[in-house]
Amino acid sequence: MTFLNYLISGISLGSVYAIIALGYTMVYGIAKMLNFAHGDVIMVGAYTVFVAMSSSGLPALPAILLSMVVCTVLGVVIERVAYRPLRGAGSPLAVLITAIGVSYLLQNLALLIFGSNTKSFSTVVPLSPLKLADGRITISGETIVTILASIVIVVGLSLFINRTRPGQAMLAVSEDQGAAKLMGINVNGTIALTFAIGSSLAAIAGVLLCSAYPSLTPYTGSMPGIKAFVAAVFGGIGSIPGAMIGGILLGIIEIFGKAYISSQMADAIVFAVLIVVLLVKPTGILGKPIREKV
Amino acid sequence: MAMLEVKDLNVYYGMIHAIKDVSFEVNEGEIIALIGANGAGKTTILHTISGLIAPKTGHILFENKDLTKIPAHKVVSLGMAQVPEGRRVFSQMSVLQNLKMGAYTRDDKSEIEATLEMVYKRFPRLEERKNQPAGTLSGGEQQMLAMGRALMSHPKIILMDEPSMGLSPILVNEIFDIIRSVNESGTTVLLVEQNAKKALMIADRAYVLETGHIASSGDAKELMNDDSIRKAYLGE
Ligand SMILES: Nc1ncnc2c1ncn2[C@@H]1O[C@H](COP(=O)(O)OP(=O)(O)OP(=O)(O)O)[C@@H](O)[C@H]1O
Ligand SMILES: [Mg+2]
Repeated sequence: MTFLNYLISGISLGSVYAIIALGYTMVYGIAKMLNFAHGDVIMVGAYTVFVAMSSSGLPALPAILLSMVVCTVLGVVIERVAYRPLRGAGSPLAVLITAIGVSYLLQNLALLIFGSNTKSFSTVVPLSPLKLADGRITISGETIVTILASIVIVVGLSLFINRTRPGQAMLAVSEDQGAAKLMGINVNGTIALTFAIGSSLAAIAGVLLCSAYPSLTPYTGSMPGIKAFVAAVFGGIGSIPGAMIGGILLGIIEIFGKAYISSQMADAIVFAVLIVVLLVKPTGILGKPIREKV
Repeated sequence: MAMLEVKDLNVYYGMIHAIKDVSFEVNEGEIIALIGANGAGKTTILHTISGLIAPKTGHILFENKDLTKIPAHKVVSLGMAQVPEGRRVFSQMSVLQNLKMGAYTRDDKSEIEATLEMVYKRFPRLEERKNQPAGTLSGGEQQMLAMGRALMSHPKIILMDEPSMGLSPILVNEIFDIIRSVNESGTTVLLVEQNAKKALMIADRAYVLETGHIASSGDAKELMNDDSIRKAYLGE
């Protein structure tokens, strides 16, 4: 039964990675850039909830909504101020380096405001754990909420992209920005919307992550951010179902690696698996084959 | 008063002076051909008109509005559509989704439906394949989709960049018939072509572009009989 318990906590952790990976994959798919500051937006989201709940005494739900608003605004501002001026003109490397710079900027700002001590985050999930099979399997409230949230988000995003006008505009921009402009699509606006959505998801991921692993520092978002990026590549960067599958597989591999092989080596195992997958299928599990344009 | 007036246009790519003092005009209802060899600057001119490239100097007046001051995505709703070089359909999206993107700036659902019916009538193949991903269409079908997509915005003027490129002779004739019939139903056409003969046959007037500047212009039939044009562009 411990196997099942590990599997469940792997899926749970993986669901958080999936939600973060969606932000990476959408921004990559549509703006063709790696937003390495995405992980740190998670941290900002978690601090926002922390401050709102512990200092201002806000209940969990309004605190989460506030955090989503803060992260959405932050994501749009980062895109507008740091990335848009470089788009088109500069090299992709300039954008990448800027993203790394923004990541450090956010970490250092958090350090300045909140200091380096770990804040203990109190869970936002009021559910008590679910016990199955005479108590041999325990599923925490956080796990249930996390898994449900990730499913709702993936289904919602897929519907948004395939069924709505702004969603279709995103698809068009992801394929060909010039042709999208010829259709009358505001490419800058569409990219800003993508950052807004990705960042509001980062807020949700931050809250879920810190509810399950309740210690919050300015570096909290960094490692999960990198792993979620790996998950996005693993599933096929640019693909929404790919981000979900990649995230969950990564979570399971990480927890199993910790449990059965070595807790020190777990992260190395995660990366080793990624390398193997990319050797076999360079575009990731659900990645589209790279086609030459005629 | 011309519908579209390009005045003293100069476009640079970095240090390369790609378009040099180009001026021309398109009157309502005309088919205007813009012909020229590879690299003459035809695509650059169309991209500049649509706002994808900013000119260094010059003006582009469309119904008296200066397009050089309007962002690219606001040009369609003024009544100008482009069928870009190489089709550039959205290959992951279905045929129908591509056509709907063409009507992106329009609001009225029933009018969009009516235009869609009209496009399907012109290109029955597109209706048969409406749920197929555009990337899996043949070259000719993709060209029809690119044209249908442009028509979905219900444009007053349509800019076409080498619509006959890479098509079989039968399809080329079909495409030129369609261009003529689009024009007859009231849409002004600015046609960029390497197939100078076919273009001159359906055009009212034409401009000949040589390394970035207009080398000659005039009535299409007269240009067809001009010896130097015949030699350089009609392969005779
Ligand atoms: N993005 C670019 N950067 C630099 N130079 C460019 C760029 N695009 C085009 N050029 C140059 O500008 C000139 C005009 O190119 P353009 O594509 O407008 O020609 P064209 O007449 O459409 O040719 P073709 O018939 O081959 O399509 C060419 O010399 C080309 O090399
Ligand atoms: Mg060209």
